[in-house]
Amino acid sequence: MDLLNNLVLGFGVAFTLQNLFYAFFGALLGTLIGVLPGLGPVATIAMLLPSIYALDATPALIMLAGIYYGAQYGGSTTAILINVPGESSSVVTAIDGYQMARKGRAGAALAAAGLGSFFAGCVGTIIIAAFAPPLTELAFKFGPAEYFSLMVLGLIGAVVLASGSLVKAIAMILLGLLLGQINTDVISGVPRFSFDIPELTDGIGFVAIAMGIFGFGEIIANLSRPAEHREVFTKDVKGIWPTKQDFKNAYPAVLRGTALGSILGVLPGGGALLASFAAYTVEKKTKGKPGDVPFGQGNIRGVAGPEAANNAGAQTSFIPMLTLGIPPNAVMALMVGAMTIKGIQPGPQVMTSNPELFWGLIASMWVGNLMLIILNLPLIGIWIKLLTVPYRFLYPAIMAFCGIGLYTLNNNNFDVFMAAGFGVVGYAFYKLGCEPAPLLLGFILGPMMEENLRRALLLSRGDWSAFLTRPLSAGLLIAAALMIIVVSLPSIKSKREEAFQEEG
Amino acid sequence: MKIKSQKDFWSGLMFIVTGLGFAAGATNYSFGTSARPGPGYFPFGLGILLAILGALVLFKSLTIESEGGDPVGAIGWKPLILIVLGVVVFGLALPRLGMIISLPLLIMIASLAGDEFKLKEVIVNIVILTIGSWAIFIKGLNLVIPLWPAFMTA
Repeated sequence: MDLLNNLVLGFGVAFTLQNLFYAFFGALLGTLIGVLPGLGPVATIAMLLPSIYALDATPALIMLAGIYYGAQYGGSTTAILINVPGESSSVVTAIDGYQMARKGRAGAALAAAGLGSFFAGCVGTIIIAAFAPPLTELAFKFGPAEYFSLMVLGLIGAVVLASGSLVKAIAMILLGLLLGQINTDVISGVPRFSFDIPELTDGIGFVAIAMGIFGFGEIIANLSRPAEHREVFTKDVKGIWPTKQDFKNAYPAVLRGTALGSILGVLPGGGALLASFAAYTVEKKTKGKPGDVPFGQGNIRGVAGPEAANNAGAQTSFIPMLTLGIPPNAVMALMVGAMTIKGIQPGPQVMTSNPELFWGLIASMWVGNLMLIILNLPLIGIWIKLLTVPYRFLYPAIMAFCGIGLYTLNNNNFDVFMAAGFGVVGYAFYKLGCEPAPLLLGFILGPMMEENLRRALLLSRGDWSAFLTRPLSAGLLIAAALMIIVVSLPSIKSKREEAFQEEG
Repeated sequence: MKIKSQKDFWSGLMFIVTGLGFAAGATNYSFGTSARPGPGYFPFGLGILLAILGALVLFKSLTIESEGGDPVGAIGWKPLILIVLGVVVFGLALPRLGMIISLPLLIMIASLAGDEFKLKEVIVNIVILTIGSWAIFIKGLNLVIPLWPAFMTA
């Protein structure tokens, strides 16, 4: 049993005192930012990247992963208690969860979300462990042409499901790819677009971009909006534990949600958001017992299903990142960046060259999920108090940590100024309705994509048709093209817009 | 001609200008041939592609009706200027004046950007964040950050 041996190795790594601590710290921090208004996992992970220099690769990635799934938990807490989804994937949780809270059943809703997520997290972890090795093997058969096509598919997949205009999202990817071109060309050694600024010959630091756009840009955007009023159900959270009947109602929904989420999470760009939407739709269509609370008025299945789905999806979206080195969303892009900082080339070879890291990370996800459930149910009172922290205390703190982090990247204030500039750019994107996440994906993948494209062309002696004559590569490109076509079909287009309208 | 979606109009323009800018810049580097692509090959192609997509966005903004003209809306100059100013001042001050002065400067300027400014609260925030940052970054993580002004340590 290879799988068993690998998991034993992984748990051996995950259960060291140091790694347990970082998994705990990451999960705690993730929950915190999921709960706190106006601070998402992308900005937080960007803030923490400089401190990664002080850590080993394994604890660093364990911590970052903890932040990611911790934020999913925290996001559902705010969705249930104040009808403000902390993360886009908990949007549908707010529909029934908030109604449950208004009826004084916030405790049951939170428990259903937590336990459902935990179950889904366990299944997701096993799926990663089972499917990562065969996928990795497949990835080793990939030549540069296949890799290039796979990246095209990954990037397209990441945006077809995003909200807003598809053309603009693809344009943002291209913009990101172009920003990634500001560097020294790896093949010829020529510095490009550096304007003779020595700091630019190494390329723009992606921490500067992430902090500028997702940190400073968002702060500017938040401050330029009138402050929103929040209604918190603090007094009603009693009786955390759901009733027996709740369990009976919720568990089939959890099973369905987990299955859906695990499948959708693997798809490029699928991930948690799509999974939770799909699970809610399925629950709504599935007949309940007579006398059930109708959906939209506080049905527990409407909380348990989507929450299980988004956590399973969040878990399995690690698969493309771990096996192929291709990030399906902005958080994973930062994880790839973190690996590079620690000198690990992301890709299929990670599993063989760094087995402790690979299996330790997977095992730590299960450990982290367990910690979250232990952490969240008793600590719910503290999280509720944190919800009332005013933004005017929060954003100066974000800025202070970002500022220090940027300076310590290279012990140089150049990155601080770069991030200030990207703050302005980020605000402009917000004003113009351009999603910044695809830009970050493009930026991370840019150099890899160029290298593979040029190598593929070199191998085929300049023949572009090689991308279509090699069957694997052709299949990937056709899949990408199909995605664009399907999404642009008028009937689906209007449905897609409708879905995102509901969300807004 | 009437602009039917302001947001798309300006973003289309932005994509065209940056795309063409990168493509023009790429002509400074050797283009190579398809069989031996040079350093200018990929950025040139990307730039042109971006400009084409930008033109598409621009064209749509002039032809397809959108709800209420999709206005860009007023620019929040106060937070924009103060937040950016705070970061730039921090960047300039840190190597010269140390964290002990530059961090309070950053927090003070940033706090001015909000709707509510209460001096007492801001001072509390400054004290907590400065001591906290010292404890986490300098004591805890051992990062090399100047704490005191350069003229005091020299």
